[in-house]
Amino acid sequence: MSQRLYLYPIWLRIWHGINALMFLILIATGISMQYSNPDAPLIRFDLAVQWHNITGIILSFNYLIFVIGNLITGNGKFYLIQIKGFVQQIMKQISYYVVGTFKGEHTPFPVNEKRKFNPLQKLTYVGAMYMLVPIIILTGLALLFPEFIVEKVLEFSGIYLTALLHGAVGFLLSLFLVIHVYFSTMGSTPGSNFKSMMNGWHEPH
Amino acid sequence: MHHERFQESQANAYFQETFHNSQLPEKGCLISFSRIRFMKKFNAMKIRYFLTLLYLLSFSSLWAQLNVDMESEPAKMEDNKHCFDCHSNHIYTFENPVSGITERKEMNPNFVYSTEAFYNGVHRHFACTDCHSPDYETFPHNAELRFETMYSCIDCHGGDETFASYHFETIEEEFGKSVHASKHSENFNCWMCHDPHSYKAMTRSNFKISEIVSAHNQMCASCHDNPLHFQRISDSTKKPLEEIHKFLPNFKLHFSAVRCIECHTPVDDTLRVSHNILEKEFAVKKCSECHSANTMLMSSLYKYQNIEARKNRGTLNAVFINESYVIGANRNIYLNIISIALFGLTILGILIHIFFRIKKH
Repeated sequence: MSQRLYLYPIWLRIWHGINALMFLILIATGISMQYSNPDAPLIRFDLAVQWHNITGIILSFNYLIFVIGNLITGNGKFYLIQIKGFVQQIMKQISYYVVGTFKGEHTPFPVNEKRKFNPLQKLTYVGAMYMLVPIIILTGLALLFPEFIVEKVLEFSGIYLTALLHGAVGFLLSLFLVIHVYFSTMGSTPGSNFKSMMNGWHEPH
Repeated sequence: MHHERFQESQANAYFQETFHNSQLPEKGCLISFSRIRFMKKFNAMKIRYFLTLLYLLSFSSLWAQLNVDMESEPAKMEDNKHCFDCHSNHIYTFENPVSGITERKEMNPNFVYSTEAFYNGVHRHFACTDCHSPDYETFPHNAELRFETMYSCIDCHGGDETFASYHFETIEEEFGKSVHASKHSENFNCWMCHDPHSYKAMTRSNFKISEIVSAHNQMCASCHDNPLHFQRISDSTKKPLEEIHKFLPNFKLHFSAVRCIECHTPVDDTLRVSHNILEKEFAVKKCSECHSANTMLMSSLYKYQNIEARKNRGTLNAVFINESYVIGANRNIYLNIISIALFGLTILGILIHIFFRIKKH
């Protein structure tokens, strides 16, 4: 058994906490606007718009903390992907989740000082944090300042496409959140990762 | 009077700026659907403006064309020249019969009319004396002439089959119910908004939607955003429009893309402009009344969509228009199905995983 590792420094935990809270509010208000119904509003429409805007802006600034933090501390290196053999690693991880875990196998890529994330985690985190989140921030920002959106892309309204992309990426990120929360229960005990999220110490598997 | 004119021109300049400087949709664009009865003929292939409400403006080609000959030379141009010699200028000259001196005087600004606007308006073929007393032919005009009764629209257009599609009787009836009539019946007349000297049938001509919105909103603004003008019918003073409407997110965009009447008249699906301007308490204020699936606009929108779909059947855009809204342009039925399916599969996957985890445990 490896030792406990202090993997989640305080700045990262604060960022993560704010990000999580904003995510939840954004999803709730986003869904409420997407399926708005004056007779049975999930959240009152004008409030939903307001909260969505405010939390979106907070999340955007918070994202800067994430990017800058990753650049100036060593945390950024955990997201670097080594292309060679990456597909095989991912298959190995998937096979662990689908079969291995039920056979009592150990995780093929245990967490250590140099490896915070397993390959599958790395892929989804890079996809979510470095692709989807920037897209949703930029499209959200564009929708707040629609005068900067190109008027037309082929035969389509630029605003329409921007809104479409914003909604679609929002959906994918919501899906990410569900999966992310579920996989958090796959630590040494179902609650251990949530504990780590608060105190910064990773419990060995 | 000068001051008043100046104020008016300021108000107009402000509105020109407000309406025209925003990125306005041009003819051939889909803008927004709001509670609108008129539709501008436009090409659905060019969707350009989706974040505001779908603006269904002109219904022109399908509904009724402007039945005024706008092409040929105005019929009474020669007859009117005599009047316009003075009344199209701010300064007029006349020979004082007593002193024999040619005098230059300033025209009362309320009696200055643009010849260009008159001959581009719907009453372009009229002679001035068709509506005004022939006694105006002489100068100085008889003082009593200023008590001449002003015609209202219904005086000429009432019961006229040629103008049946304009529904002047309905307009009169709706006006009777409006706050303009109930609060100011003595002082309010059609002219306050529709000056017959320059009136243009905006929605039945080939104006851009942005021009229609701007022109219609300026009618309201000429009093409601002009304290001096407003006092012609009221002792109260008004707060600036921007302050009254500060609850609207992006005030400028709403005002440039949506007409005042869309929120200030009752909804119906006749696609005609309602003249029943409601008291402010009854104006639309909730975003979701327009920005939602069960929008109050659905009836007029549905009508509009059917007409447009017939015109553009088979185009990809028509499909998008049908299920797309401002909020959630992604409110597309196929995307909804795909997203629900993906979400369901994810949850199912997790549940199966949990099941086996518990079983193993």
